[in-house]
Amino acid sequence: MIQTVFDILSIRCDFPILNRKVNGYPLVYLDNAATSQTPQKVIDAIVDYYSNYNANIHRGVHTLSQEATDVYEQARQKIQKHFNAAKSHEIIFTSGTTHGINLVANGFTSFLKKGDEIVVSALEHHSNIVPWQMLCERTGAVLKVIPMSLEGKLIMEEYHKLLSHRTKLVFCNHVSNALGTINPIEEIIAAAHNVGAAVLVDGAQAAPHIKADVQKLDVDFYVVSAHKMCGPTGVGMLYGKEKWLNKLPPYQGGGEMIAEVTFEKTTYADLPHKFEAGTPNICGGIAFGAALDYMNAIGFDAIAQYEHGLLEYATKELLTIDGLKIYGDTREKTAVISFNIDGLHPYDIGSILDKLGVAVRTGHHCAQPIMDFYKIPGTVRASFSFYNTKEEVDILVASVQRAKSMLS
Amino acid sequence: MGIKEIQEEIVDEFSMFEDWMQRYEYMIELGKSLPMIKEQYKTDDNIIKGCQSKVWVHAELEGERLVFTADSDAIITKGIIAILIRAFSNQKPMDIIEAETSFIDEIGLKEHLSPTRANGLVSMIKQLKLYAVAYQTQLN
Repeated sequence: MIQTVFDILSIRCDFPILNRKVNGYPLVYLDNAATSQTPQKVIDAIVDYYSNYNANIHRGVHTLSQEATDVYEQARQKIQKHFNAAKSHEIIFTSGTTHGINLVANGFTSFLKKGDEIVVSALEHHSNIVPWQMLCERTGAVLKVIPMSLEGKLIMEEYHKLLSHRTKLVFCNHVSNALGTINPIEEIIAAAHNVGAAVLVDGAQAAPHIKADVQKLDVDFYVVSAHKMCGPTGVGMLYGKEKWLNKLPPYQGGGEMIAEVTFEKTTYADLPHKFEAGTPNICGGIAFGAALDYMNAIGFDAIAQYEHGLLEYATKELLTIDGLKIYGDTREKTAVISFNIDGLHPYDIGSILDKLGVAVRTGHHCAQPIMDFYKIPGTVRASFSFYNTKEEVDILVASVQRAKSMLS
Repeated sequence: MGIKEIQEEIVDEFSMFEDWMQRYEYMIELGKSLPMIKEQYKTDDNIIKGCQSKVWVHAELEGERLVFTADSDAIITKGIIAILIRAFSNQKPMDIIEAETSFIDEIGLKEHLSPTRANGLVSMIKQLKLYAVAYQTQLN
């Protein structure tokens, strides 16, 4: 049963895009795990920035620059508060999750030597595999993979066996983008720390649904993208423990990240500016802050409760379709349903759903190793957000049925 | 029949349909009748690189005409190739190279024409034309 924890109609009114039609049908947007839609308050923040105080930050003496700097830094504090980081300079603005991961992977180059090991989960997005493979190529370190079970869960006994004094770094997503599985990151982090390894958690898929407390998790690095949580694309954050961020070398050189420059030597600026070379995505950072305000006003507990209701209802209804199989059948998951229908290609199903105004993702979801594991070319993935409704689930189910009868 | 006449014939057929569903249903039917590629040609070399569904195309010269066979693991994609093969197969390589492809737009499949669309028509057409170029060189 879907709990009425908030006024869904008034929430839907906050998202202008939800009024549009696609191919003559009302849009049913179920590709939230790829990108979430943007509420009017965030759109307003973007318009306000460009209409009223667009200026470069941190170095101007004029009023606009000061105003922009203030609001940008306030956004950093909002992010700090949201993720409960101890210090605001532990929050680094990035262009998104992938940027954050690359920043850390690049920084670790100087810490690793041949024979060191990096542990990665089998449930990773390509963005969380490739940078580490590149890091291994650069350093001679070896990549070890935590295997997954048919239910789409990490096999934790195997994880514990992989850990040793050679393990220097563990990385894993908080929530799998392809299946929605919530990984036991508390256990993963604690065990890694026991052998002295650092842990980076990719929170991109978790952040829209779960409010992570980085201090409570004791995680070393946590990365997210704003566009998955009602913010704009092209901006995200890297949280890093102060001691790690001080240790890591800068990722990119440029303006903003320096303290003093001569041709003989440059000294780097303090955190967070050491990692924020060049003019940042100022408007994006500000809008990210506005998105967090918006989501927190609704409340993450209410969001989680509502989405769980949608997930349960959609799972039950989809399973009434003959031959439909859901991948990642675990209890611990966010509102993501990855499925296939016997004998049908996900691309075909997705194409028909699109003609009916239903937006889903089809394909391997940038997680080919997971698809290889299940020996499938891909899946249809419906991912829900707090602005989706039970009625939209009904449209999804009816549309899948229609696609099935057309394609069979 | 030349490529242009076949294309006109296809456009005529599609003009009978009132909505997208009928068009798609017809395309799915066409997909089922696609001249199947021989198993031996379903190799990685013959795959048209796409993100979503696999498409294999094989070309063979029969006399001075180029014959295409193909397959895909997705049925709508198969339908699209079936339409292309009907227009381009069993034609002279030079005619294939010079052929226009705007009929795709006219039959209401414009959305498949986007070059950014995964497994779009564009890469399939390009592949068929590349085969034609290769065999034309051989004929010369």
